[in-house]
Amino acid sequence: MIDDSKPIFIQIAELIENDIFSGVLAEEGQVPSTNEFAAFYRINPATAAKGINKLVEEGLLYKKRGIGMFVAQGAPERLRQKRRQKFNDQYVQPLAAEAGKLGIGAEELMDMIKSAQPIIDAGPGGSRHV
Amino acid sequence: MSEQTPVEVRNVSKTFKDVKALDDVNLQLDSHKIYGLLGRNGAGKTTLMSILTGQGFPDAGEVKVFGHTPFEHDATLSRICFIRESQKYPDEYKAFQAFKAAALFFENWDEQLAQELIADFNLPLKRKIKKLSRGQLSAVGVVIGLASRAEVTFFDEPYLGLDAVARQIFYDRLVEDFAEYPRTIVLSSHLIDEVANLLEHVIIIDSGRIVMDEDAESLQGAAVTISGKADVVEEFVADYPVIHRDSLGALASVSIQQRLTPAQQAEARELGLELSPMSLQQLVVRTAMGRNVLAAHQDQAKERASWNA
Repeated sequence: MIDDSKPIFIQIAELIENDIFSGVLAEEGQVPSTNEFAAFYRINPATAAKGINKLVEEGLLYKKRGIGMFVAQGAPERLRQKRRQKFNDQYVQPLAAEAGKLGIGAEELMDMIKSAQPIIDAGPGGSRHV
Repeated sequence: MSEQTPVEVRNVSKTFKDVKALDDVNLQLDSHKIYGLLGRNGAGKTTLMSILTGQGFPDAGEVKVFGHTPFEHDATLSRICFIRESQKYPDEYKAFQAFKAAALFFENWDEQLAQELIADFNLPLKRKIKKLSRGQLSAVGVVIGLASRAEVTFFDEPYLGLDAVARQIFYDRLVEDFAEYPRTIVLSSHLIDEVANLLEHVIIIDSGRIVMDEDAESLQGAAVTISGKADVVEEFVADYPVIHRDSLGALASVSIQQRLTPAQQAEARELGLELSPMSLQQLVVRTAMGRNVLAAHQDQAKERASWNA
């Protein structure tokens, strides 16, 4: 779950983002506390707090004083927009680069993508590789 | 709790006969942080902790714990807990007597936590401590170290003889209790990967010198290993600080201390290079040995260059 690729607080923020995006954490639903995150992922509580605060600053989570942390209204939609913007960089470019290495031409690649149509059409929740 | 810096170390040196155990060490430990004090055996970790806890003197320099020199300063000592790797207890002591003594000494002692930990570790309370196994002896130290809730707690290799399950209990309980009762905790360890995610700050000591003193966050993802065809790898890493080199025929694997941007990562992949993040443990190994290794490589490179000329 947690690896060495980047600072842990960023990984925590991404894990929570994933859960918000996929609906595991519902809009207006309560998010586990910093200490619960720390205990669950076995990380320093200060690190967990930093990850959560990052999402608060981005407006994806908000604090209810004395009660805890909640998922903001509209957070999944905002994450969807953010991810659409990153889609090309994150998936298409590496895909094209790998295809090039393997000698897969643009047309063949298109055919492969077309054959994945059912997965695309299934939409959110249709295929859970994560 | 006081607002002053719990621990300050200024220009501390210590020599045993002809061995320089500590060499001009400067250090500061803040409240509410978990520190990792990492280094090889004999690097000076235990000597440093002994001095910080008033169990040893520096030859030169100054140590202040809550503003006082800790040696024989009772008010300060009752706020510090030092669990040694081979902690000695009075010969005839049974485990429960050690806990009783600790409960009297540490003002923040939490008896309930102690009892829970004793149950977690299955500790036989009525057995003499010198009859306990190595793992049980370590567990006694862990119980005292955690239940003391001392404002500054040092654990020197706390897990010796503890099996994987018991070590996990220790880490879990540490995170849990620290979350509720934040304090300064120093973990000296060479099982670095196991504790890496618990640390907020990393101090690496090598031959008595502090060679790294940084937030853990700035180390995560700060070094990366690049492998692929040797000439391509070398060209890619040319402008970055190299910390380690391996080669196998036409292949090379080079670690650099550089956080690559997504664009740089994409560029590397387009060149057919593999990227893998370096763990804290690898980074420590390379940092502690790095200077020598790197110097040797630079010498070799110079030699090659002179042949070619």
